[in-house]
Amino acid sequence: MSWLKKLTSGLSKTSSRVTSSLSSLLGRSSIDAASLEDLEDALISADLGTTAAAAIAARVKSHKFDGDITAQALALALSDGLTERLESVAKQLEIDSAHQPHVVLLVGVNGSGKTTTAGKLAQQWRQEGKSVMLAAGDTFRAAAIDQLKVWGERTGTEVIAGEQGGDAAALAYQALERAKSQNTDVLIIDTAGRLQNRTELMDELAKVVRVIRKLDDSAPHDSVIVLDGTVGQNALAQVSAFQQVADVSGIIVTKLDGTAKGGVVIALADTFGLPVHAVGVGEGVDDLQPFEARDFANALAGVEQPEA
Amino acid sequence: MFDSLKDKLQDVFSSLGKRGALRESDVDAALREVRLALLDADVALPVVKTFITNVREKAIGADVLKSVRPDQQVIKIVNDALTEVLGGDAVPLNIAVNPPAVILMAGLQGSGKTTTAGKLAMRLRSRDRKKVMLASLDVTRPAAREQLRILGEQAEVGVLPEADRESPAQIAKRALQAAKLQAYDVLILDTAGRVTIDEGLMAELREIKALTNPHEVLLVADAMTGQDAVTTATAFNEAVDITGIVLTRLDGDARGGAALSMREITGCPIKLVGVGEKQDALEEFDPARMAGRILDMGDVVALVEKAAENIEAEEAERLAKRMAKGQFDMNDFLSQLRQLQKMGGLGGIMGMLPGLGKMQKQIAAAGIDDSMIRRQEAIILSMTKKERVAVGVLNASRRKRIAAGSGTSVQEVNRVVKQYQEMAKMMKKLGGKSGAAMMKAMMGGGMPGGMGGLGGGMPGGMPGGTPGGMNSGGAPGGMPGGMPGGLPKGFPGGLPGGLPGLGGKPSGKKK
Repeated sequence: MSWLKKLTSGLSKTSSRVTSSLSSLLGRSSIDAASLEDLEDALISADLGTTAAAAIAARVKSHKFDGDITAQALALALSDGLTERLESVAKQLEIDSAHQPHVVLLVGVNGSGKTTTAGKLAQQWRQEGKSVMLAAGDTFRAAAIDQLKVWGERTGTEVIAGEQGGDAAALAYQALERAKSQNTDVLIIDTAGRLQNRTELMDELAKVVRVIRKLDDSAPHDSVIVLDGTVGQNALAQVSAFQQVADVSGIIVTKLDGTAKGGVVIALADTFGLPVHAVGVGEGVDDLQPFEARDFANALAGVEQPEA
Repeated sequence: MFDSLKDKLQDVFSSLGKRGALRESDVDAALREVRLALLDADVALPVVKTFITNVREKAIGADVLKSVRPDQQVIKIVNDALTEVLGGDAVPLNIAVNPPAVILMAGLQGSGKTTTAGKLAMRLRSRDRKKVMLASLDVTRPAAREQLRILGEQAEVGVLPEADRESPAQIAKRALQAAKLQAYDVLILDTAGRVTIDEGLMAELREIKALTNPHEVLLVADAMTGQDAVTTATAFNEAVDITGIVLTRLDGDARGGAALSMREITGCPIKLVGVGEKQDALEEFDPARMAGRILDMGDVVALVEKAAENIEAEEAERLAKRMAKGQFDMNDFLSQLRQLQKMGGLGGIMGMLPGLGKMQKQIAAAGIDDSMIRRQEAIILSMTKKERVAVGVLNASRRKRIAAGSGTSVQEVNRVVKQYQEMAKMMKKLGGKSGAAMMKAMMGGGMPGGMGGLGGGMPGGMPGGTPGGMNSGGAPGGMPGGMPGGLPKGFPGGLPGGLPGLGGKPSGKKK
């Protein structure tokens, strides 16, 4: 199943709702104040937040429809508005071979899917023929190290791990040292989930960054925040806090195979303009896919897709 | 974002008359802001709509309390309705059954089921003295069972040993059997996280439920969940009839609108909340606190409530007018003292204002407490009407009489008189235009407005105040009756707006 299909099948319930809740707009030649509110509401229901929803609704309102508004025409106009905002942020993670290794740090709140994402990224780069190393930097959560080790076995990747409760920064340092000595292409550092308002935990993360910079002052080359697709407006607070501590350079959104629409991505794009690298659409090893602005917008807006 | 709900509501109502019943148009204007605020807090749209409709009915025509402004009244109505929807009394876990009581944990991936299962086991063992067994039915996520085993060991409870190649249903059966045979009081079944549209996994959950007949089916949900809360709650409720909700990561800074959504959609109580990474960080749910969090009005609501109960707006306005004219006699002084007491005394007011812990200590150290205010009140009450209006007549013999009448000493009477005189002097200075404006700022549309001013006045007023300086104390919005007399060094001059002057210790330096 293609990722788009997965994404769409998850979104189908919701996207059909987006269009169905917009029946007040259909059959008209333009959008009036009342139906504009309906449109805004539909977007808010997709977690766009009130500000982005209002902006996009206004953009659709100004759209010139040919004749009466149909569901598909409306969805397309909506999709256009969304794509416009997302195109500039859709950018895949790229490994720069000038870095030996290219260090990717994964950060985020608890349960957002960092460890799973680490495994999937390892798989992706292994398939591209790169040498990959995983660092089990989540030394806090029970069995997080074992979880990453399983991913290591699945993907044939070396996992650098210490003791549970050990110092995450020290482990990251060790892993980087080892990756350097082995000329590894990519080092993926998993970290413990932490809530962004927990200062002491955020300080720990800052230490991880500080320590790996002792070996390579350009590292981490990608500092990726992993966001749960079901998250609401708190995502903004998350990105902002992790950006301050770990210089977040990009976003991966997980769990988009469910009913969550991940509309907060639009609010994030508006606010931070950070690249969205990939989306997680399942638990399988290959279920991490590049983020495509138009596909995502179509799925969100409920544009009818021709059978692929 | 939402921190400005108070300001927005104030804007909405600023052009309106001060009191009377809430009019439809006012309510609608206010509720538009409340609606946005709730949406920003991630309350699901359908829930917001129902909620607003209900609140609207309650609010229109509601009398605005004498001493409260309409915006404050609306906040109060919204807050009360929120608390009500979130659930009144705490509903305990249903584990007083023929053992083993079976608790099934369900939820999306990463919502915190396994961690919560561990915490719950810990809580039941240590607080309820139950013999608890944990069993993981999560055969999907790598090392999930390992994680639960470690958590179980930390919580010192039983953990079902793992076996190879078992289906979740098989494990569930084996767990139930083991719990029965080994006489466990409670069996907690942790399940794999699943997306609700995965029919296979949802069917599996139904099967487990049918096999184990759980007494509690807890939906574990992340407090940061957005609009999807509705879909998630509906789907799990339809599939397995949940009996309660556990909200996790409430120690984060998410406003937690999902709590309201899930409560409303399922009708199930929120039974527990996760508030930290430690194993004992699982607490009972507090609806009032959650309402405050979603609305993000902090203690303003409490402050309004107190004010609404106790402060007579007319009295405050009368005072304001008199002060504006530079008039201030012992009756006014008395009235201020009484208002202060009604607000719960100094301690009460300080407690409601954030960041004043330190000051509370200083006040205690200075010997300013509520008993002193009561003595001052007694002194004024022992004065005749004439004495209260014209303090000049207080000669030595009158002062002796007052001291005897109030059970105090002449020195104390002198102190009150002196304090009064200094305040009166300042009132005179403040008389006229600037004074009137200041009083207005302090009192707002009545005393509770002053309370709003309290919060606002503090940060600006406090640091700028000169120790013990009542002439310079009270920056704009600050307070006229500073703290005359010698207060401990470093004690910020000027209490927040509207508070009466307090007697300091005698001696002390004066300006």
